[in-house]
Parts: sequence; structure tokens; C-alpha cells
Amino acid sequence: MTSKSIYDWIDERLGLSELAAFARHKTVPVHSQSFWYYWGGISLFLFLVQCFTGVLLLVYFRPGAEAYESVRQITFVMHFGWLIRSAHAWSASLMIFSILVHMFSVYFMKAYRKPREFGWLSGMALLGIASVFGFSGYLLPMDELSYFATKVGLQIPAAIPWIGPAIANMLRGGPDVSEFTVQRFFALHVVVLPAIFVPLLGFHLWLVQRHGNASPPCVEALPPAERKSMPFLPNFLRKDLAMWLISLNILALLASVFPWSLGKAFDPLAPAPLGIHPEWYFMSPFEMLKLLGMIPWLQGEPGEIAGILLFTLGIALWVLIPFYDKDKESGQRARAAHYFGLLAVFALLATTVIGYWTIR
Amino acid sequence: MTDQSHLVPVLEEPGEKSTRRAFLVAAGAAGLAYTAALAYPIYRYLASPSEMAMEATAVTEVTLKDAQKLPAGSVLMFKFGASPALLIHHADGRWISMTAVCTHLGCTVQYEPQADRIHCACHGGVYNAYTGDNVSGPPPKPLKLFKVAVTDSSVDVSRA
Repeated sequence: MTSKSIYDWIDERLGLSELAAFARHKTVPVHSQSFWYYWGGISLFLFLVQCFTGVLLLVYFRPGAEAYESVRQITFVMHFGWLIRSAHAWSASLMIFSILVHMFSVYFMKAYRKPREFGWLSGMALLGIASVFGFSGYLLPMDELSYFATKVGLQIPAAIPWIGPAIANMLRGGPDVSEFTVQRFFALHVVVLPAIFVPLLGFHLWLVQRHGNASPPCVEALPPAERKSMPFLPNFLRKDLAMWLISLNILALLASVFPWSLGKAFDPLAPAPLGIHPEWYFMSPFEMLKLLGMIPWLQGEPGEIAGILLFTLGIALWVLIPFYDKDKESGQRARAAHYFGLLAVFALLATTVIGYWTIR
Repeated sequence: MTDQSHLVPVLEEPGEKSTRRAFLVAAGAAGLAYTAALAYPIYRYLASPSEMAMEATAVTEVTLKDAQKLPAGSVLMFKFGASPALLIHHADGRWISMTAVCTHLGCTVQYEPQADRIHCACHGGVYNAYTGDNVSGPPPKPLKLFKVAVTDSSVDVSRA
């Protein structure tokens, strides 16, 4: 059989030529903001790195009471275990970073407008799940830092009136963070979250194929003859892969030059270590809660509840932006959405900086 | 004006072919280097336990504390390096130690005191409980004997 007849045999059954024709006609707009189109692909690449390194860690990780000992073994006994663990931790941070860049670029290019509302909503859900991935994965080594980070982090759901404590106990598997917590976080991290994340990611990527890349309003306003584009195959894909290679190089550099550390084993009787602080992507909400708690009439529980309400409101406004700012023209609403975006960026950056500034 | 239309179809200059070739070779070499740089740590990572087991097989002597109290006509299973082994205290007082890994397909064999033989339950292999010789069934080779030295506080087993 020739390769042509093998191809025909498969094509007749799977419709490869339809896919090939689709790929041939796919184009990507070219304009001054095209750089931001790569960040979704970079996020995808880093997610694939997470899957790959995660499976490798799974080979030796033991959840439950032995969690710390098994991570110690991975880090100090198994050849290159430190590198694989470091790559997993660094890639997690980089993935959250690139998803944030991707989200803000979509926001400011107004790429959430019709017909791309589901792309925005699924993207926000993916970011939400990614942060739960980060939170649950952070506990798994069960060292001092992860113990206190989880303890503090679970105070947030615990502050919800009435049902909060029950939710926190359910997440913890008891009144305090223990080996039961690491066991259920493990189940969450490697089974439940991937099972939700992967199909949602498929949906997100399918929508990108269906609607193509959005052009920013200033480009859409141009007459069709003045809009430029490049073919996806091979031009854009080649640049996409170059970005993946750059990401891989940065990741390899960070993971090997700054290996992720492993603290002392957690001890429920030990006091919290000095300078303890959340991961950078949780620093902003953490600091906002702290700042709200400083307002005299919001001290204690009212402050926590006010903080949670404010977050919920802010996130709801953010998620629902396609339904507020939906007109193609840049009218009053479009400007308001733009300023809301700038405010969000400023608030996130400012509280993150204050958070790191005030670490004691 | 001279007619230059004959130049138009020439898309590749003579030197272009070799630069393209050089580029492809360099890209291929870089790809191989990346693959090797990724594959090597992953291979070593996954091979760690077998490397540790290899180190364990380098063991030449095992001291079994208090094993001298083993009653006559009974057996003690222990680990010699990475693999299981038998220490038999025969009814006639003789001490025999040998590997417990069947030479047929690697199952762990057992000592049967009533028949005074070593039996492998997987495929019915039988060995002599004194010499380790393969008596019947599929095993192709005898079980390796170890040297045994009984002291007041332990039994020392070493590679013969």
C-alpha cells in the first residue's frame, strides 16, 4: 500500500481532508497588538508541562500521613526529582501569570463581545479552576509553609455567614489541617480538577477555532481592504511554537537556577514562621482582606464578610462584562468598561506591592 | 533596456540551497539536543528505584539478629539485598540458607517442613531443601546457597 492509499483509507473514515482544508483557510489578524495573541498558547503549553511533570511527581508522591516524607524523597533522593518538582511549581506560577496576561489582553481588546461571550466565560472558569489547582497543590508537600497557607486560606470560606464553618470543615476533613486534608486535596488536585478543566479547555479551544481571533475595535473599524492577516499554517503556528520554546527555556532556567525549596515538616504545635505570606497570585486578595480589616468599623468578622462581599461583587462584575459592554461602537459603556479594567489592574498591582512591602 | 524576464523564475540563488540545508541541519541538531536534555533527567528520575536496588544487591552479608533461636524444622524468610531468601533450621539441626527466587519465572518459593522440600506454587517447581538442586517441575537451575554462620546472638548469612 502506498502512503497515499493509507491516507485515503483513514481520510474516508475520519475526514482528515476537511480538517486540513479548515486549517489551510484559518488566518490570524496582523496589527500592532498581535503580540497578545500568543499568551493563550503559552498558557496551554504551560498546562501541558503541568500535566507531564505532574504525572512524573505522581510516580513517587504518597498522599496522607507520608506526604512530606515522599516529597522529601522526591527532592533529595530520586535523581533529578528536585528538578521535576521545581519545574512543576515554577510552571504553575508561570501558567497563572500567562493566563492573567491573556485575560487582561482579551479584556482590553474587548474580545469578549458578541459572538465570543462563551469564550470569555469559559476562560474565567478556567482561571478560577487554575487558582484552585494552585491552592490545592500548594498543600501537597505538607511542609510548614503549605500547612499555614492552607490554614489561612480556608479561613476565607469559613467566614461566610451560617454555612462557612461547615464548608471549611468539609474541605479540611476536620476542624484542622491534617493528613485527611492532604488526602482530599490530592484527590481534588489530580482527579476532580483535571476532569473539569480538560473538557472546559477543549470547549474554550473549540470556540477559538469557531470564531477565530478577535481584532481590537480600532482594527475592526478599518475597511476590510486595510485589515491585514497571516495564515495560521504555517506562519502563525511557527511563531506560536517559537513562543513555546522561549517559555520552555525560561522555565528550565528558573527551575534549575532557583530550585523550589522544601521547608520543615509541618507541626501542628509550632508557631507560624516569620515572613509567611501567600503565593504571589493570592497576595492581592489576601492584602485586600487585611486592609478592609483595618477600617475601624469593619474590624473582625464584619470586615471579613465585607471583604468577601466586595470580592464576589467585583468578580461578578468582571465575569459579566460581555453583557454590559456589548455594543460594537466605543460609546459611554465601552469607556466605563475600559476604566473598570484599569481600576482592576491598578488595585491588583497596588495591593500586591503593599502586600510584599509589609511582609514582616 | 535588456530583457531580464528570464531571471524571474529563478527563485533560489545557488548559495541559498546550501544555507537552507545548513539551517535544517542546525535545527535538527538543536531538536536532538533538546530531546536529550529533557529525556536524560526523566530517565534517571524514573530509574532511581532500580538503581537503588542495584546498590542493595551489592550486599554480601546479612546479620539476622536472634535468628539462632529459630526452632528446628522451621523457616525464616528474610531479604538478602533486594530479593527474598530462606533460612531453614532443619529437624536434624543443620542450618541451610538459599535464595527464595525460583529460577523458572521468579516467584518466591516456600519451604514445606512436612515434605522437607522447597516448592514453588506458581508452576509446581520442586527443589532439594539441603542442596537447592532443582528436583522436578520446570525450574532450569538450582537455587543458590548462602554460607551460614550461627553465633550466640545471631545468624550471619553471606554470599558463598
